[in-house]
Amino acid sequence: MEEMDTHPAAAGLATAPRPSLQRSRSDRVVGGVAAGIGGHLGLDPLVVRIAFVVLAFAAGFGVVVYLLLWLLAPSEATDAPSSARVVARPTRQQLLGTALVLAGVLTLLWIAGLWFGWGLGWPVSLAAIGFAVLWARSGGEEGHGRWDLRSFGSPLEAMMGNRVSAPRIVLGSVLILGGMAVFLAATTSLSAAANVVLAVVVTVGGLALLAGPWFWRVATELMDERNSRVRSEARAEMAAHLHDSVLQTLALIQRSSEPKEMASLARTQERELRAWLYSRAPSIHGVTLRDAIDEMAGRVERDNLVKVEAIVVGDLDVDDEGLRALVAACSEATLNAARHSGVDDVSVYVEVEEGQVSAFVRDEGAGFDPGSVPHDRRGIADSIVRRMELHGGTAEIRSEAGRGTEVVLRLARPKR
Amino acid sequence: MSVRVFIVDDHELFRSGVRAELSAGLEIVGDAGTVDEAISAILATEPDVVVLDVHMPGGGGRRVIEAVHAERPGIRFLALSVSDAAEDVIDVIRAGARGYVTKSISPAELDLAVRRVHDGDAVFSPRLAGFVLDAFGRAAPEPLDPELDLLSAREREVLRYIARGYAYKEVAHELGISIKTVETHVSAVLRKLQLSSRYELSRWAADRRLI
Repeated sequence: MEEMDTHPAAAGLATAPRPSLQRSRSDRVVGGVAAGIGGHLGLDPLVVRIAFVVLAFAAGFGVVVYLLLWLLAPSEATDAPSSARVVARPTRQQLLGTALVLAGVLTLLWIAGLWFGWGLGWPVSLAAIGFAVLWARSGGEEGHGRWDLRSFGSPLEAMMGNRVSAPRIVLGSVLILGGMAVFLAATTSLSAAANVVLAVVVTVGGLALLAGPWFWRVATELMDERNSRVRSEARAEMAAHLHDSVLQTLALIQRSSEPKEMASLARTQERELRAWLYSRAPSIHGVTLRDAIDEMAGRVERDNLVKVEAIVVGDLDVDDEGLRALVAACSEATLNAARHSGVDDVSVYVEVEEGQVSAFVRDEGAGFDPGSVPHDRRGIADSIVRRMELHGGTAEIRSEAGRGTEVVLRLARPKR
Repeated sequence: MSVRVFIVDDHELFRSGVRAELSAGLEIVGDAGTVDEAISAILATEPDVVVLDVHMPGGGGRRVIEAVHAERPGIRFLALSVSDAAEDVIDVIRAGARGYVTKSISPAELDLAVRRVHDGDAVFSPRLAGFVLDAFGRAAPEPLDPELDLLSAREREVLRYIARGYAYKEVAHELGISIKTVETHVSAVLRKLQLSSRYELSRWAADRRLI
């Protein structure tokens, strides 16, 4: 018993929505990545932080992962009012954390004998500091939600748009360019041919440092914006459709005093709404059999205040005279049932099989003796039987007085 | 002993309508408008049959069936819905519902459907029969398990009559078999629908999903 009782709790846990991976704004030592992962996986951020530190000793793996996540994971959305945004200024703890991580990485490299010498160390440090100066405060935090097209103009405008001061831009750029220059100057002793290649690589690398995050962010924001525009357009289209159809019908129903008419209005609207909701892609060649039968059923319902349940199994395009004749004969049979059976329900079933298409129109009404229909009543003979025979099909009418009527139509169709 | 029924639907108006229709011949032990409310109330009242809406906020009918069946596998479910989306319908059937009827069903037919589900039989509305014929109709190139992945000729015939609007009794009369045999065929189809793993079944339902 006790074991059983644990089920709902377990089910609830499994289906509870898990926060997606987002960098935390409120709980951060460096970039909020550890707290974000903790929140996503349901772990204490401290555990994640320790894991990162341990991983960092595995040839710097933890550092690379951390930086990648910092770059790729979106920052936590700000639902809170602007007062909460003050946190965006780096805390002392954060600065200390960053410095320690940096020092740790450098020490690690030194110990591992991977130290690349000051000839490379200085330019890289310069570029890194420049990068930090440029992007540390112009990051997504303040920018989110306020992107207009002008700010997609250039990295420079993007930074300006984010209120990065001009001195900072100059300083950051100078530092990065300086780093590139120092590097190039320090390595000119290498072979001349390698230098050309190296210069290109360094230039491209520098540019990537300068503009990379900006391109990344613009691409992400553009995608977000497109998605939300598509959503709002779909919403507007749906609202317009509901207004033109459902609301109109509801108004009509309120004004109507005939229960039968009300029911008919409601049924017609229901059918139309269904067709709209569950519609599949329109056929390239025109009307599909399913659509044709649904349309026919809706028309008979509307004109005769009855309920027509139409079910179609399989589907194909109504692209020849034979199929058009089948739909027309089916329509005639449904109309007959609606008018003459004396009951309010008609069943229509159409099935597309390998070599033939069959249609069944059935009611459980008065029924009649097919042999005793007067010759001047040509409805069934002409519009159903002869129409089917003209196109190589058959029509069979099964009816008995008091036991309802079923019209069975069959049409052979060439195998494709 | 009369059949004890529980009603789950997120529309209160509809719930009270069904309650009024069914209370003539059946004992209504409760109703609920949300998934969580339904799960706890059903476990508390232990009804024989739950009449369940397919489409509900918070996980839909499927979640109710799964949560209840985890503890009380004996409680039977009948899906009652306006949803024509094949995906929804096939989904609750595969979750364990014993039948599916549309909300346009007449009170007498609904009463009969509840009793049938209570007796352990399957209830196929014409629409569900159409769905099944359509889903199993696609040629399966290599059925993994022919026992589950294909309908027999007789089952197909029975479903076709149901899709044409014939009641079980009339199907029995047309085919010259007993009602019990019709019920056996329909239950067998339900079992295939619930257990078949054939790939086409889910793809077919997904093809017709709400866009």
